[in-house]
Amino acid sequence: MLNTIFSGDFPRSRILSVMLLAIFVMLALGPFLFPSTRAFSTLGMICIFIIVVASYDVMLGYTHIVSFAHTMFFGIGAYGVAMAVTAMGNTFSAILAGTLAAVAVTIVLSLLLGLLSLRVRAIFFALVTLAVAFAFMTLVNQLYTVTGGEDGLRVRVPRELGPAFRPFDGTLRGFSITTFLSGLFTQPWNLGEVIREAMFDVRITGRDIMYYVTFAFSLTAFLLLLRMMNSPFGRVLQAIRENEFRAEALGYRTVYYRTAVVLVSTVLTTLAGVLFALLNRYVNPENTLNFELMVFILLMCVIGGMGTLYGAVIGVALFMLAENYLQDLLRVLGGYVEGIPLVERLVGPEHWLFWFGLLFVLSVYFFPRGIVGLLRLCSANGARRRAFAADENAREQRESQA
Amino acid sequence: MSTQNQIPDEDRPSPAGWRVQLTRFREQKPHLFLLLFMVLIPAFLMPPVTWLTLTISGLAMGLMLFIMASGMTLTFGLMGVLNLGHGAFISLGAFAGATVVAFWLGDYAGSSSMLVNMAAIIPALVFAMAVAGLVGLVFERLVIRPVYGDHLKQILVTVGGSIILMELIHVIWGPNEIPVPRPDSLRGAVIVADTVPLIGGMAVEKYRLVAVVLGLAVYGLMIWVIDRTRVGILIRAGVENTEMVEVQGYRIRLLFLAVFVAGSALAGLGGAMWAMYQEIITAHMGDTLMISVIVVIILGGLGSIRGCFYGAILVGLINLYVGYLEPRLAAVTTVGLMMAVLMWRPQGLIPVIKV
Repeated sequence: MLNTIFSGDFPRSRILSVMLLAIFVMLALGPFLFPSTRAFSTLGMICIFIIVVASYDVMLGYTHIVSFAHTMFFGIGAYGVAMAVTAMGNTFSAILAGTLAAVAVTIVLSLLLGLLSLRVRAIFFALVTLAVAFAFMTLVNQLYTVTGGEDGLRVRVPRELGPAFRPFDGTLRGFSITTFLSGLFTQPWNLGEVIREAMFDVRITGRDIMYYVTFAFSLTAFLLLLRMMNSPFGRVLQAIRENEFRAEALGYRTVYYRTAVVLVSTVLTTLAGVLFALLNRYVNPENTLNFELMVFILLMCVIGGMGTLYGAVIGVALFMLAENYLQDLLRVLGGYVEGIPLVERLVGPEHWLFWFGLLFVLSVYFFPRGIVGLLRLCSANGARRRAFAADENAREQRESQA
Repeated sequence: MSTQNQIPDEDRPSPAGWRVQLTRFREQKPHLFLLLFMVLIPAFLMPPVTWLTLTISGLAMGLMLFIMASGMTLTFGLMGVLNLGHGAFISLGAFAGATVVAFWLGDYAGSSSMLVNMAAIIPALVFAMAVAGLVGLVFERLVIRPVYGDHLKQILVTVGGSIILMELIHVIWGPNEIPVPRPDSLRGAVIVADTVPLIGGMAVEKYRLVAVVLGLAVYGLMIWVIDRTRVGILIRAGVENTEMVEVQGYRIRLLFLAVFVAGSALAGLGGAMWAMYQEIITAHMGDTLMISVIVVIILGGLGSIRGCFYGAILVGLINLYVGYLEPRLAAVTTVGLMMAVLMWRPQGLIPVIKV
């Protein structure tokens, strides 16, 4: 059963399994664990970016195709829905039309990019996608009559997905983790009171429905990618990564495989963009097309672990936490180094990206397989050590018997 | 009988007419063909005065782009390093130059005498080059050296490095944009008298003329270094075949370092010039310029200085022409030009390196 779900590609590290399980539980029970809207929207973004980063990982980590146009496809999905809803009203048919149009545009564009990458050397691909993504962003900014320019578009979702909709009356019980944890640390003697305080009422609204749609899609997409990467198709991709010339010599049409993986990856990203527009209900170039966002996706992918897919989950969760909460931590740290001229400002909460950049460079040097690779290495070493110790024990026993 | 005396058939002036000659010109000198094409077409679409003004402005912009891009193309050609952090060096140079012009020597820059102005501008440019070059030295040692020969890691590491540099710029100069007052003697425009036929009444900004002169000087100097000096011959040999240079007993790593530092310094110089051209700078200007730089080096053919020069001029010209005809399409046309050239010549206009 588990083997089928994970396609035989298990986390292979106890710590990693625990982390993944924790993330899964948090996401699955999201609305019942976090009463604040900030945490709730963070959870939604984690779901969406797991799709984006996992599909980016399929290109970057499994096939070594460096593309800087991933945000472009994300933006196509988001803008497709936003524009369709603006033009046709907030109905489900508008969303469907927008999604289909966005997917069609994505397919055409990625086929064009794929064709171009046949003509030029591999390293050009990174540069060309960078330039194309920039041109696309400029175009979106300039065509403000359709796209709203820099102000962006507000997405009016159907009533069933909005906060005003209640599928059923009455409330459910939720359990606030944040309240519980802070109570646990400040007044652990008073556990019953803390637990009672942590309970809160949850009213299921259309937003929660939207969240669970996103969550279900994210989970499905992730497992689907895991399945693909552990299929013969995925093996060929990894063969291309290791030695393209050899893969070609073995009779695989590497061009087809490369184009196929780019297509899968970009279409999934477009769908993630659609979900983003519906969940965030506001689309502008800053939050969908920006080059900075592209760099963030790269950071999440590499720090989590390229070519592992689980790395996407870990990377996204870590990055989102850092983006929202590292600043608070830095603010606390900043108190200690006050007065030292340059360091003081470097530890300032607005420079959290500096530390992430540093972590990124270090991780490329010292653990190129990211956090997941590191954890797997640790557990593999541990297993080897245990096996070795067991061997020793067995030999000692044999010797003592003899 | 030497083969040189035999003129091959296709080189003999043939009576086949201009069509064949045009094709031959197009195939053998694609950069000149494209340049002529680019310059002549807009001439029919706008009045001659506008056209000439735009052409000179485009040249100025192109030459500044060339100064920024040349370092990146050389680094790639020689070392095989694709430095996506190049934009950060452009920003760095801009901020360093702006510090001198706007703060340290602000009085000199504000003076109306040309000589005193020069006392601010030249130190500003030199300082920008020095800062960018020094940071380049550290960057090469710490960031790039461990990943020679691995393109994927280079891309990742240089992107990471550029994030760090950008954040450092934010830390040192603050997050706000900084206005850079252009020194007095570079303000204003040169106006052609009305009596001159055809181009009478034309006004060209002085700074653009200065940029053209400076850019051409840098190009000339670079071509001289690369074509006529010992270092240049080593660089060309290194682009052709790194191992052979090493076999001859040269310390290629030292050459790499020197070229990288020079490239960073040039990026800094270009950034400082761009700062005075725009008169306002933000840390993210490097990212935006980086796109143009990438288009330039792809157009020219990675690793080729001459290609980079023509590519930069093409990009500068098309930006200005299209910006005049339909401002909204400038960026898209630039990228479109790159795609078209790639379809036509996948190696760029003047390819130097083997696949």
